[in-house]
Amino acid sequence: MDALLQPFQTFFGPYWIVVWTLLKVVGVVAPLLVLVAYTTVGERRILGMMHIRLGPNRVGPFGVLQPIADGVKLMFKEVIIPSAADKWLYFLGPIVAMTVAMTAWSIVPFYDHGWVLANVDAGVLLYLAITSFGVYGVIIAGWASNSKYAFLGAMRAAAQMVSYEVAMGLALICVLMISNSLNLTDIVRVQQHGLFASWGVNFLSWNWLPLLPMFAVFLISGVAETNRAPFDVVEGESEIVAGHMIEYSGMGFALFFLAEYANMALVSAMTALFFLGGWSSPFGFLPDGFFWLALKILAGLFFFIWLRATFPRYRYDQIMRLGWKVFVPICLVWILVVGLWMLSPYNIWK
Amino acid sequence: MDFKTFLFYLFATILVVSGLRVITARNPVHAVLFLVLAFFNAAGIWLLLAAEYLAITLLVVYVGAVMVLFLFVVMMLDINLESIRRGFWHHLPFGTAIGLLMVAEMATVLGGRYFDADILPAPAIAPGYSNVKELGRVLYTEYAYPFELASVILLVAIIAAVTLTLRKRKDTKALNSSVQLAVKRNDRIRIVRMAAEKEQGE
Repeated sequence: MDALLQPFQTFFGPYWIVVWTLLKVVGVVAPLLVLVAYTTVGERRILGMMHIRLGPNRVGPFGVLQPIADGVKLMFKEVIIPSAADKWLYFLGPIVAMTVAMTAWSIVPFYDHGWVLANVDAGVLLYLAITSFGVYGVIIAGWASNSKYAFLGAMRAAAQMVSYEVAMGLALICVLMISNSLNLTDIVRVQQHGLFASWGVNFLSWNWLPLLPMFAVFLISGVAETNRAPFDVVEGESEIVAGHMIEYSGMGFALFFLAEYANMALVSAMTALFFLGGWSSPFGFLPDGFFWLALKILAGLFFFIWLRATFPRYRYDQIMRLGWKVFVPICLVWILVVGLWMLSPYNIWK
Repeated sequence: MDFKTFLFYLFATILVVSGLRVITARNPVHAVLFLVLAFFNAAGIWLLLAAEYLAITLLVVYVGAVMVLFLFVVMMLDINLESIRRGFWHHLPFGTAIGLLMVAEMATVLGGRYFDADILPAPAIAPGYSNVKELGRVLYTEYAYPFELASVILLVAIIAAVTLTLRKRKDTKALNSSVQLAVKRNDRIRIVRMAAEKEQGE
């Protein structure tokens, strides 16, 4: 690999690092966009399967060309700007949503030995910081559209996303305590050792087992954070039509749509890294690799779609109750439990 | 000028310009968004100083939480800019005095090196040095008691803020979740057995 890159390195000289980093960014973003595009059609097919109907199967064999048709359609739609909208912010909203959803992928380690764009020391903190900006896209869009429904959606989003970030952050504190690091690569490495791993059943050594309540809290908060069903009161089509997206057409809407799916994939990836061993294989005799992380991300995405097909939408007060009165106390208690566990002679994370 | 200096001037310029726009923007929502931009650039400058923990915390706490709630409130307020601007000339001397005082203080701090006050040499950063770890160690060992005290004070502040705004209204309709969850089918519905067909009246 290095020998292959050598001529390019001499050609670009000191600018090589810029070129190489940009190439790596493209290497992350391009497959991500393909994944996002096929999640949209996958969702419709899986929902169809669960509803015992067919789903989109007309465009190409088994409907595999559906996302391309959708993309072309959205690109050629007229972009309508409400006359009373705040023009700059109206366009800034979807851009912020998409940018944030993409940026967070820079800290995801896809495999050991530096398969990561930015191996940040305080990776977990950066993850929490970047995801907390996601709400700006929604709020800015809701306000700038100058529409009652959009504004209501923005208000709901602000309250909901801030609430569930609290539970998410507290759940991650437990992960930090036992892995003794904020670096995502280190967090995965810690999960590869343990009593069960030495027996060859590695998947029992991952964080999900000792931190089972936190695993559940993180995953459900992730669903609420991405405004997916059953926590999608932000869009709530039966009462506020589509929330913050109501005034957008064409690519403005498409950006919100893609950002939502990129965020779903991100939450799946983060759950895999924090609780499901990242790129580690479930059994000792199978080799580790990027394949396992990809599989876990796909499983996470399936879980999101499965939830949507299964549960009716939560009422707004139920969402707030779950976030503040159920998740936060569970997290606080479990932080205490993990702390005591680590001080006791039965500490398994030495 | 190396790249780091260029970055500093870039961040500093945007920071100052967005700071100015915070106080000159006509629309309060724009002002809040410029404040968010200012926070971003301040965090960038802190990153240049290798204070990564502080930079990210600034983003998490201020941009991620405080400013969201700020935006939330400002959007819902019906602010009349005319009435706010009315007292401008009246408050100007007082504001100017405070501004000049802050400039003087900053000048003393930043100009310290011209008065041989080089007591704060740049820290040497060893490889593998973790900002977060070091801060945590200091916070939870040397300053454990002040830290706990601060947290208790914050707790008191939270409770005080909640009590101040807590008003019992009589016409609110609250739902008790545990009662809702404890409902059995028989509390809600009654099954009446009926024949599928009407009896033939004779």
